This record gives sequence, C-alpha cells and structure tokens, in this order.
Amino acid sequence: MAPENPSHPSENDLPYVLILKPPPSFVILGDHFFNSTKFRFLKAYESPLPLAHFLLAHAQSVQAILSSGGAPVTADTIRLMPLLRLVVTTSQGLNHIDLSECRRRGIVVASAGTIYSADCADSVVALLIDVLRKVSAADRFVKQGLWSSQGEYPLGSKLGGKRVGIVGLGSIGSEVAKRLEAFGCSISYNSRKKKPFCSYPFYLNVRELAANCDALIICCALTDETHHLINKEVLSALGKDGVIINIARGPIMDEKELVRCLVEGEIRGAGLDVFEHEPDVPNELFALDNVVMSPHNAVFTWESFEDLRKLVVGNLEAFFSNEPLLTPVVLDDQPHFSG
Amino acid sequence: MNNTCVLVTCPMFTYLEQELETRFNLIKLWDHSSSKAEFFNNYSSSIKAVVGNTKVGADAKLIDSLPNLEIVASYSVGLDKIDLDKCKQRGIKVTNTPDVLTDDVADLAIGLALAVLRKVCVCDQFVRSGNWISGDFGLATKFSGKSVGIVGLGRIGSAIAKRAEAFQCPISYHSRSKKPNTNYKYYSNIVDLAANCEILVVACALTEETHHIVNRKVIDALGPKGFLINIARGAHVDEPELVSALLEGRLGGAGLDVFENEPEPPEQLFALDNVVLVPHVGSDTGETSKAMADLVISNLEAHFKGKPLLTPVI
Repeated sequence: MAPENPSHPSENDLPYVLILKPPPSFVILGDHFFNSTKFRFLKAYESPLPLAHFLLAHAQSVQAILSSGGAPVTADTIRLMPLLRLVVTTSQGLNHIDLSECRRRGIVVASAGTIYSADCADSVVALLIDVLRKVSAADRFVKQGLWSSQGEYPLGSKLGGKRVGIVGLGSIGSEVAKRLEAFGCSISYNSRKKKPFCSYPFYLNVRELAANCDALIICCALTDETHHLINKEVLSALGKDGVIINIARGPIMDEKELVRCLVEGEIRGAGLDVFEHEPDVPNELFALDNVVMSPHNAVFTWESFEDLRKLVVGNLEAFFSNEPLLTPVVLDDQPHFSG
Repeated sequence: MNNTCVLVTCPMFTYLEQELETRFNLIKLWDHSSSKAEFFNNYSSSIKAVVGNTKVGADAKLIDSLPNLEIVASYSVGLDKIDLDKCKQRGIKVTNTPDVLTDDVADLAIGLALAVLRKVCVCDQFVRSGNWISGDFGLATKFSGKSVGIVGLGRIGSAIAKRAEAFQCPISYHSRSKKPNTNYKYYSNIVDLAANCEILVVACALTEETHHIVNRKVIDALGPKGFLINIARGAHVDEPELVSALLEGRLGGAGLDVFENEPEPPEQLFALDNVVLVPHVGSDTGETSKAMADLVISNLEAHFKGKPLLTPVI
C-alpha cells in the first residue's frame, strides 16, 4: 500500500515500482534490500485485494515492475497497467515474463545480465564432483560414525577425461566449459544455433549430444521448445555410466522419467538444483546416494545478492533518470515463452 | 617369478591383490595376525617385496624382520609410512605412485572447497529431509574469485592451482623454496600465506618439518572468514586446535579428507554444517585405483626382471 512519510514529504513524489510477491532477497535479507532515494515500492502482496482489483485501484500510473521467478508478469497483469514501461527481474530466467506482450507494448525488460554466471557454473562443478566422487554421501557416512565400523567406502569415478555435453552454451554454459576444461574434461554442446568462433564440437540434436558424452549439463532457458527436452530417449542415449546435472529449470527435464532411470540404475547419477514442482521433490530420490540435490539456490550467495542489489537499484535509478539501462534484454533474440 | 614372495600389508584393492597373486606368491599380512611369531619364522626370509599403503607401510620393525627384502612398492604417493632411512641403509629400493593420482586428489580438493563454501552437503540434507517445503535455505559463500593459498606446490599443489585459476581465484603458495617458472605469489612463511588467502589448501608431503605445519597461529591467521582444505595428511594439522577453532567459530569452515587418527575423525566435528568430512578417498576412483595398482605391478615386475624401475623414490 502507499507508504505515508510525513517527515519526508518529497518521498510521496517518488515514482512507484510494483512488486507482486517478495523476491527471495526480501525474504532472506529484509524488504529494505533494494532501497533507493529515487523510487519507492508498491507492494501488491501487502494488500488484501485480489491482484486485478489492486492494479486497477493503485497501479494505473505505475511504470515499472520488479519481478522475480515466483512472481510472474503475465499478459493480464501487463494489460491492467497502461503506463507500464519496464520490467526488472531478479532471476536469471525470463520464462516467467510474457515477453510477447512486452514486445507488443514496447515494454523494456532488464535482466540479471551475467551476474549469476560464475555462481551457477560453480554449482554445476560442485554437483558434478559430488556425484562422481560421492562427496555428500561420504560426508554422511563419516558423520554417522560408519568409517570406523564399516571401513572402506565405495570407489567413485574420475572427473578428468570425462566428455561433458553442455545443453545451452550461453554465459553460464561457457563458464561451465571453462572450468571443466581445467579438470581435463572435453567439451561439446547443443544450442539453438552453432556458435561462431567456438571450437567445441556442436551437436544439432540433444539425443546425439547425450550419446557422445559422460556428463550432460543443462544450462539452457526454459521455452516452449525446451520443455521436457531431456526425455526418455535422451536419458537412454546418456546411458548407464552417464551423469546429468540440471541447474536451469525443472520442466526442461521429464522428471518422472529421470526418477525412473535413477531408481532402476539406468544412469549413473544426477545433480539437481531445480525440479518440476518446487518445493516438492520426488520422494524416491531421497533414498538414493547417487543423487545430490539443492533447493533451487545455485545463485544464493552473499556476493551474488550484493551484485544483484547494485544491478536492480542501478537499473531502476537509470530508468527513472532517463538514462540507459544497465542490462536491457533484446526481445527479438528471445524465443517464445508461454510462461 | 611365481615363487617370489611378496608381502601385502593390509587389504587395499581387490584388483591389486588379484594381479599380484597371478604373478607372485602373495602373502597377506592380515591372514597371520593371530600367529605373528609363527608367520615370521615361516616366511620372513623368503619375502623379497613389500606392498604397503597409507594405512600400513614399511616401518623399521617390519624391514628389520625381513632380511632379504629388496623392494618396497607403495600403493600411494605419500612416503610417510615408510622408513626411508632404513631402506637407504639396507639398499632396499622404494617406489610409489605419483602422477596417476594427481588429478583425482586435485579434483577432490576443489570439490571439498566447493562443498564447504556452497554448503552442498547441507543443502542436499535440507532437501532430503523435506525441509524445503517449510522454508528457504539462506545464503552461502561464493567460491569463484576467492584467493587460494596452497601449501606445497608440487604435482598435486600445481594441479589444484590450475583448477582454481579457472574459477578466477588468485593463487599464492608456501613451499620450502620459491619455485621458478611460476607467477603465483610466494610466501616464505606459512602464517603470512594464511593471513593473505581465504582458502588454505594443504598439499605438501608429510615430513618431520611439516608435521603440524597448520597450527594455532596459522588457523588464527586464516580466521573466521577463512577455510581450510586438507587432502594431504592428518598430521599436517594440529587437530585439537582445528577442532576448537571450528567449535568456537574462529575458523570459517573446513573440508577434510585426512585425519590424525584414521578411521576415527574427531566426533565433535560431526554436527558442524561448515565442515565436510570424507574418509581418505583422494585417489579412490575405479580408474585411478587401477592405474595405481598397474604401476605397483609394473615396478615390481621391472625390479625382478632387472629392468629400470618406473617410479623409484630411492
């Protein structure tokens, strides 16, 4: 609701930025996280009104939205905000924003840019080493006191020399490649288009990429085309000794099929930061030592949150000062998202 | 060659034992643990080779009891369990398994650092226990860009540095002497290294000089925002000091593959979320175990055929 601030009357002139649901940083660090002297927040989630009513009553002159993965910006929302010109998102993905509607209305989208790429790539490497070398499972073994009673721990599998297949060679995929090359892995990839000036072998078909690698890493965006991209065929091509790592979006993977493959030993293991129905995770995975899971927090470090703070405030302040945005998304390059 | 007696000191790796059995008269020390005196009467003068590892090596007592011992082929790269002086005196050859395990140990060092900083094991437990439904996890520490200090820039230390560089980590090191041909920053004093890095990785050989090289001073210098990773030997670290630093929050966290009293790591660490403990598995992959075993076999075969050893230490 509109904040009252009698001691600073000029604050009442500050432009509003609409927030539909609190972003993760508000939840973890408090809702002053993106404070600025150049704008103020209009928190739809603090109102008892249904969203449509709230927008009609309070958001008719609002020009900007701060969105996060859990707070989608739908066509309906956009249509109820006639003066909307900017959507800033805190998330890496853009699949929760109706980009077609934004394109149609000339609304600019400002993304997280590349601030998360290092942390995401680090997550991939962490999960991959953990699955191959059984780090989390071994940590449990030791901390349960089993080393002295049970003795030897089962052997892991060497990372060096593994063939790594990256699905989506964008900023994150490239950072993954750079890191894994230092471990002696060979890199190949699949992407919408072959990248010029890139010497890694390119596979037009994900199934073929899977057939030719030992570790399949999902780093692509969730779009209509990539929904359930990793399906029974791809997992079968990856095979018994293959590992899959997903830090992108749950729905890119046919989760039921993945669980079946893991339970029946048809792939070596999986490292998963994302799931189809977060925070629900298939219970069958809880009993498996060859699966390592994290609660969709590949970018949740103090450092990335501080970088995010600077970026979000920077983008919003630039917008309200009529200066160029720091990380505008070129909408023509984006594939179709049906949200 | 089948009559040549080779003593293996403890269970190591089934493939290694099988390969030894096809080539030699393999004697397993642990088969005779109840009748040691009898064992030594029957076998000691026929044993020409000992295969030891990081648990049970070849100490002075064992060497003294084997009058015709010619070679100790260690299933490890570390030599701290072998009395090298005694071997030199007796003219006994010693081989180890360098290089073939460098990658795996370096990979684990980085894996442990990532696991500690990014709370990988804690996150996994959080999801597994169903806690994600009730709330969010919180923030971890970014690994990329953190300064890494390496104690011992040998084969393994250099491999760790190469990997960390791919994460944009500035590298510095401490070693007995400055290494030529490297741009990494050198500290002649380990306390200075610890004071100037965020992640300290122990990767040197265990000798009298390096025993407890990571002591209270070093731990204090590393501090509450610093992390210790040990993939070398438990005895490199003053373990009680490490434990109290972790319990009191004076050290940011630790990733440990080795301990002063294996297989019994300090239980006080078991409940700590900022500590990752693994059971001395630095080289424990199928691929590397086989490569190490093959190297032990090749060294023994070379010795008994009068050919040059592949990886002699002395």
